[in-house]
Amino acid sequence: MAYSEKLIDHYENPRNVGSMDKNELSVGTGLVGAPACGDVMKLQIKVTPEGIIEDAKFKTFGCGSAIASSSLITEWVKGKSLDEAGAIKNSQIAEELALPPVKVHCSILAEDAIKAAISDYKSKNSAADAAE
Amino acid sequence: MQRARKRVTLPDKRVSEEAFNMNELKAKPIYLDYQATTPTDPRVVEAMLPYFTEKFGNPHSRNHSFGWEAEDAVEVARAQVAKIIGASAKEIIFTSGATESNNLALKGVMKFYGKKKPHLITVVTEHKCVLDSARHLEQEGYKVTYLGVKENGLIDLEELKAAITDETALVSVMAVNNEIGVIQPLKEIGAICRERKVFFHTDCAQAVGKIDLDVEDMNIDLMSISGHKIYGPKGVGALFVRRRPRVRVIAQITGGGQERGMRSGTLPTPLIVGLGKACDILSNEMAEENARLTELRDYTLARFRDRLADIYLNGDEKERVCGNLNVSFAYVEGESLLMDIKNIAVSSGSACTSASLEPSYVLRALGVDEELAHTSLRIGIGRYTTKEELDTAVDAICTAVERLREMSPLWEMAQEGIDLKSIEWAEH
Ligand SMILES: Cc1ncc(COP(=O)(O)O)c(C=O)c1O
Repeated sequence: MAYSEKLIDHYENPRNVGSMDKNELSVGTGLVGAPACGDVMKLQIKVTPEGIIEDAKFKTFGCGSAIASSSLITEWVKGKSLDEAGAIKNSQIAEELALPPVKVHCSILAEDAIKAAISDYKSKNSAADAAE
Repeated sequence: MQRARKRVTLPDKRVSEEAFNMNELKAKPIYLDYQATTPTDPRVVEAMLPYFTEKFGNPHSRNHSFGWEAEDAVEVARAQVAKIIGASAKEIIFTSGATESNNLALKGVMKFYGKKKPHLITVVTEHKCVLDSARHLEQEGYKVTYLGVKENGLIDLEELKAAITDETALVSVMAVNNEIGVIQPLKEIGAICRERKVFFHTDCAQAVGKIDLDVEDMNIDLMSISGHKIYGPKGVGALFVRRRPRVRVIAQITGGGQERGMRSGTLPTPLIVGLGKACDILSNEMAEENARLTELRDYTLARFRDRLADIYLNGDEKERVCGNLNVSFAYVEGESLLMDIKNIAVSSGSACTSASLEPSYVLRALGVDEELAHTSLRIGIGRYTTKEELDTAVDAICTAVERLREMSPLWEMAQEGIDLKSIEWAEH
């Protein structure tokens, strides 16, 4: 399959690969996909008390497009507020990486992953607030 | 092997020099996909060439020397093909390839005998062209039993025995699987079929030249052969059809009645000469070649096992053809692996590499977990593969697996001791 230069760059030099401590209150973790379907994404964000994403990390099991989509979204969410990050659409990722139609589901997975990470962060922190 | 390397030299020096200059700029790709197709042996090309130009006659022309010359060449080839499977030349029908041979065997036999015996038995791991022929027959009202396979990819002979009924006309079991390289017990299957008076067809596209085949000893009634899997040209193949006891087939391509009425159409003399020559080379060199390939295959697998944990060989390790390795590299998706090793031509059972977005049906039939099916590579070793190429490929694949595992959340979880099966994944 012929992939765009941007996609290949993200695949060959993925940004922000890694993990954060998922037990930390400032960290939100999203784990989406399924091994049986051939793609699993773990996306983590570290959020400041002001609600700004100061860092993002990912690990992905999946095809080159899935890896590139997760790498790209970690770049995009850094410095954004939770609302801004949650508003990222899969179509923007698909367009930026010029994903072929059969690979559009990879960008959907990336959108799901950031949404899951944000909601994990929010639920952890509202539970913590309630406990205080 | 020195000799094997030399054979690759192209006859036209200019072409090879040009290719060489281009390869200086780009690393030379390494071909490890010999189950998909093989390069035509230069000796085969050489044998074919005169039949395109000065010896161009129609082998069915009975009135002049051009025709006789072509016919003689076709008959030499027929004998060469017959020899490698222990058949007589009269039992060989030329076709356009194993796809056509399989179609003719299944549809041809079922349509001839189907009124009394409408039942066909085949196997879930067969090549698509066998399965699709069976599906078409089903749509026309024939009954088909699809045998499953054991975890090692082999059929259960007891299950086969139990599936045969008085209505069974044909059993079709491939000799060597194209994805996982396992060798079915042909002799045992042949004995069962003969005892029950059922015809036995076997798709030998991946078996000819790799394992010893003898249609008498194995009681084979029909056998499909392909040219381009055995260093012959693409677009030619053969079907062995037994004469004693006689097997009848209804022609699927009708017309001038060539090939004793079983397959009409002017025979492509150059391609047939090439198929014959490819068989002739195998008759002489097969034992030596396969010993070398077996050694290379075992060496390659041992190197993978030395360097990487959590890898699994798909298909039986012993009952396996010499040139095939099919390995799952757990926690690393196959297509991403292929992208990393783009100078190495291998294929993957991953869904992402198939048009259907389903992982390999062959691996699934073995009971390989879907997640492991997504991580498989097929490495095909053949006549021109060198140890140096395999070393380069193993290093590249292992480095890629290590890099991608560092990036894989599943690998991370496995290292933390988390059982991946215990997690509720959101299937999408
Ligand atoms: C087992 C098997 N059967 C049949 C075929 C089809 O052969 P051909 O390409 O000669 O039609 C192949 C090749 O893909 C094969 O591997």
